[in-house]
Amino acid sequence: MRSVIDILDLSKEELQDLIARAEDIIADPEKYQDVCRHKKLATLFFEPSTRTRLSFEAAMYELGGNVLSVSSASSSSAAKGESVADTAKTVSCYADIIAMRHPKEGAAYVAAKNASVPVINAGDGGHLHPTQTLADLLTIWREKKRFTGLTIGLCGDLKFGRTVHSLISAMSRYEGNRFVLISPDELKVPSYVKNVLKEKEIPYVQTGDLMSVIGDLDILYMTRVQRERFFNEEDYLRLKDSYILTPDKMKSAREDLSVMHPLPRVNEISVAIDDDRRACYFKQVLNGKYMRMALILKLLYEAGSLKTLPKKGDSV
Amino acid sequence: MNVDSIQNGIVIDHIRAGQGMRLYDLLGLSDPELTVAIMKNVTSKKLGRKDIIKIDGITDVDLDVIGFVDPDATVNIIRDGKLIEKKSIEAPERLTNVLRCKNPRCISSTEQELTQIFVLSDRKSKTYRCLYCETKAE
Repeated sequence: MRSVIDILDLSKEELQDLIARAEDIIADPEKYQDVCRHKKLATLFFEPSTRTRLSFEAAMYELGGNVLSVSSASSSSAAKGESVADTAKTVSCYADIIAMRHPKEGAAYVAAKNASVPVINAGDGGHLHPTQTLADLLTIWREKKRFTGLTIGLCGDLKFGRTVHSLISAMSRYEGNRFVLISPDELKVPSYVKNVLKEKEIPYVQTGDLMSVIGDLDILYMTRVQRERFFNEEDYLRLKDSYILTPDKMKSAREDLSVMHPLPRVNEISVAIDDDRRACYFKQVLNGKYMRMALILKLLYEAGSLKTLPKKGDSV
Repeated sequence: MNVDSIQNGIVIDHIRAGQGMRLYDLLGLSDPELTVAIMKNVTSKKLGRKDIIKIDGITDVDLDVIGFVDPDATVNIIRDGKLIEKKSIEAPERLTNVLRCKNPRCISSTEQELTQIFVLSDRKSKTYRCLYCETKAE
């Protein structure tokens, strides 16, 4: 059974195909509004994440499907000590596809190994979050019309920020990209992520100073310094305001910069930037829904749950 | 120092000095029923210093564990006091139920019944990572 746990589970060709599917959905949403009729998506969220859950649920509803939902660990059998494996086997009996968010790293992998329906990893602790990366990739594609030759700045929490790690590994697969890693010392990219860049001889620079590099960037990917990733409250308070993007800083950036953020934002991007046409983070949210629709379609089709998919580019 | 040669069993030789006790632990040789000799930090022509483990009475050990600790070690099978086989050792692709993941956020730390699997992620540096959370093995 095909599941998606890691963005690297999808080949470059498959990513391109998902993007083409998402663009077709955007061009003609009505064509897709009944494709998943009588199909059920189970959203198993054992960690709070309203926006990702809503995105998956909106995606399934827009495909004409239904949703079964567990929105917190305390209201589920996990609170009684049920294993992830047993939960996956049980929910497979009710749903055609599962989207799972879990606080433990590797939980989605365990679910996928035990489920008899496709599992989409909707975030496993600080580890992987492939559908966020799908949202990021569609946004880059729609803003830049290419995945190659880009200077990509990543700013903020690069240590615990799983979306950063996934985006780096996804964009490392394309030619000519360069990474600018902007973070305080305490929140630098882990060495295993840097090793991937070194092995592939992909150029990158590390800096603590956003202003010294902002003018070079095609993309600036901002991240939140997340309280829940720290063991220690003092460290969190000391670092959370390190990198705040303001209209003043944006004056040094290029006119064609795209500012991205996985959201939710706390204060790392000033609200005054929302009206700047370079701000792409709310488009990213919408793109996330379209990519989740494309992914649900792909996995249900591959699992044999859907017999056909609409032809791309067809009229209704 | 002399240790009697064994009649039937295994001699793990050319273990990198300092790794003998780790191998002893990971192979589960502390079992009180087993007769085991460990020689540590002995002179070696090839390595300068090395560790040796001699296990009497059994000929079946987990070669993956030896390959993980030291793929350059040699394993000699002894029967009736004679060397009958030298086993070739290499770093295994996968280690099953040998190490436990130390990452408290890993699903395998919470759900103890899960099979503990580590995968060789870089042969050159012999880096193993947890299959579930990709944390590096210590």
